[in-house]
Amino acid sequence: MADLADTSFSGRALHRRTFLRVAGATAASSALVLAGCGKDDDPTVTDVGTGTLVFAANDTGILNLTYLLAQISASFYQKVVTTPPADFTAADTAACVDMRDHEVIYRELYKSVLGPNPQTGAYDNGLATALEFNFTPYTLTTRAGVYAAARTLEDIGVGAYNGLGRRLRNGSYLRLLLKITSVKARHAAFVRDQAEPDSFAGSDVITQTGNQAGLDTIKTPVEVAKSLASLVPVVLVADNLMLL
Amino acid sequence: MNILRIIEQLSEVDADVLGRFDSRRAVFKGLGSTAKKGALAAAPVFVASLFSKAYGQAAGPSIIEVLNYALTLELLEEDFYKKMTAAGKVPAGAPAGAIALILKHETAHVALLTKTISDLKGTPVKDVKFKQSAFPADYETQLVVAQALEDTGVRAYKGQAGNLMSNSALLQVALQIHSVEARHAAHIRTMRGQTAWIPASASSLPAPLGPVYTGNIREDNVVQSKVNITTDLGTPYTANEAAASFDEILTMAEVLDASRAGGLVA
Repeated sequence: MADLADTSFSGRALHRRTFLRVAGATAASSALVLAGCGKDDDPTVTDVGTGTLVFAANDTGILNLTYLLAQISASFYQKVVTTPPADFTAADTAACVDMRDHEVIYRELYKSVLGPNPQTGAYDNGLATALEFNFTPYTLTTRAGVYAAARTLEDIGVGAYNGLGRRLRNGSYLRLLLKITSVKARHAAFVRDQAEPDSFAGSDVITQTGNQAGLDTIKTPVEVAKSLASLVPVVLVADNLMLL
Repeated sequence: MNILRIIEQLSEVDADVLGRFDSRRAVFKGLGSTAKKGALAAAPVFVASLFSKAYGQAAGPSIIEVLNYALTLELLEEDFYKKMTAAGKVPAGAPAGAIALILKHETAHVALLTKTISDLKGTPVKDVKFKQSAFPADYETQLVVAQALEDTGVRAYKGQAGNLMSNSALLQVALQIHSVEARHAAHIRTMRGQTAWIPASASSLPAPLGPVYTGNIREDNVVQSKVNITTDLGTPYTANEAAASFDEILTMAEVLDASRAGGLVA
């Protein structure tokens, strides 16, 4: 894999079977998720590919989704930095190193904020190894391909954060989310400008007319889960977050 | 008792009454609290506690005050970009296109906030103008001011989100403006050859930019959620990595201070 240099993701290769705990849920609802892997003698593992990650209907569920977003983005930029496209400039690499650093910091901070509790903490506390993400939907061998992919990921991130803020109950989590939201929007503007000059706030993300004019994207948690589906080796279930 | 009648009467003395109530969450949160308003002693407890919730928060500004504060900043930005366009120093092509797009967004924000405040029976501020004497003659310095305004806007919206938590619809819209301001800021910074994100060193810049990145929580802050990013996350990160990863708030008083946006209002 290209992201060998990412020490926080590396280590053992993904086990054949991996158990996914319900993000932030109680033991009772995790039984629901385990229904698909009831044949396992060892409840800490399940079949990769049939694994399911259910986000709980609370702040912990929300933070687990932002944690996953940060994991994906960190992994993406790490892959780019480790194996940059041939036409990448030094400035491109420097920018991607910056964004990689930001995303790794988000990932580690979310993990720390969520805490080590296997039931109520980060969703992957009980995993033998972190999830490995699949970026094959993207063309990462050209500068244009990298920035097109980054544009997709960062715009998903901004829309996701914009949709999650009002679902949070804890004001200090909202403050944390917003401190990151605007930096994600800076990433989005930057990579959009690289993908297509002066598209930092293009009409595909900022509504141009009508009563939503001048407003950025919102993505619901279910839309976010759908957008990320092809990148993640498990099924994401964000329906609970829609109740918030 | 007719709660609608009470609200109607209140609206005569408090233009923000609907803003205070315009949230199911605020209503349900209010259900559990104790009745404190003597005037409503005869009303059912749940209504009294609802009013207590709506009027009992002496700490923060009202929703109308928050929206008018946001509108003030949007009007200031809009007028600045109008002056910038009229001054004719912006190079044709991409720079002019970017400034025109940003102006268009600021105008849309002004319209949206004005309508929202009116819908909530508030009185929207108007005629906020950028101080002519502070308007730079040359394009490069105009961009410096644009960066100051946009990065201030990002910090200002972020600073008010907590005051909008009681109204999820308004919070939603504020967040959708907040990220647009951040996109603007990133692009203006790029036009100036800066990183799109704010480095730790920005907090030490001379005026007019420096004060934009200072305040009670400076942009070079490295502690988030009680976690020191440089030392507490297993892997050490530099102070600049830690600072650039997060944007910080400015309070209303900080933004309106003469050293920041407050000093740019005519």
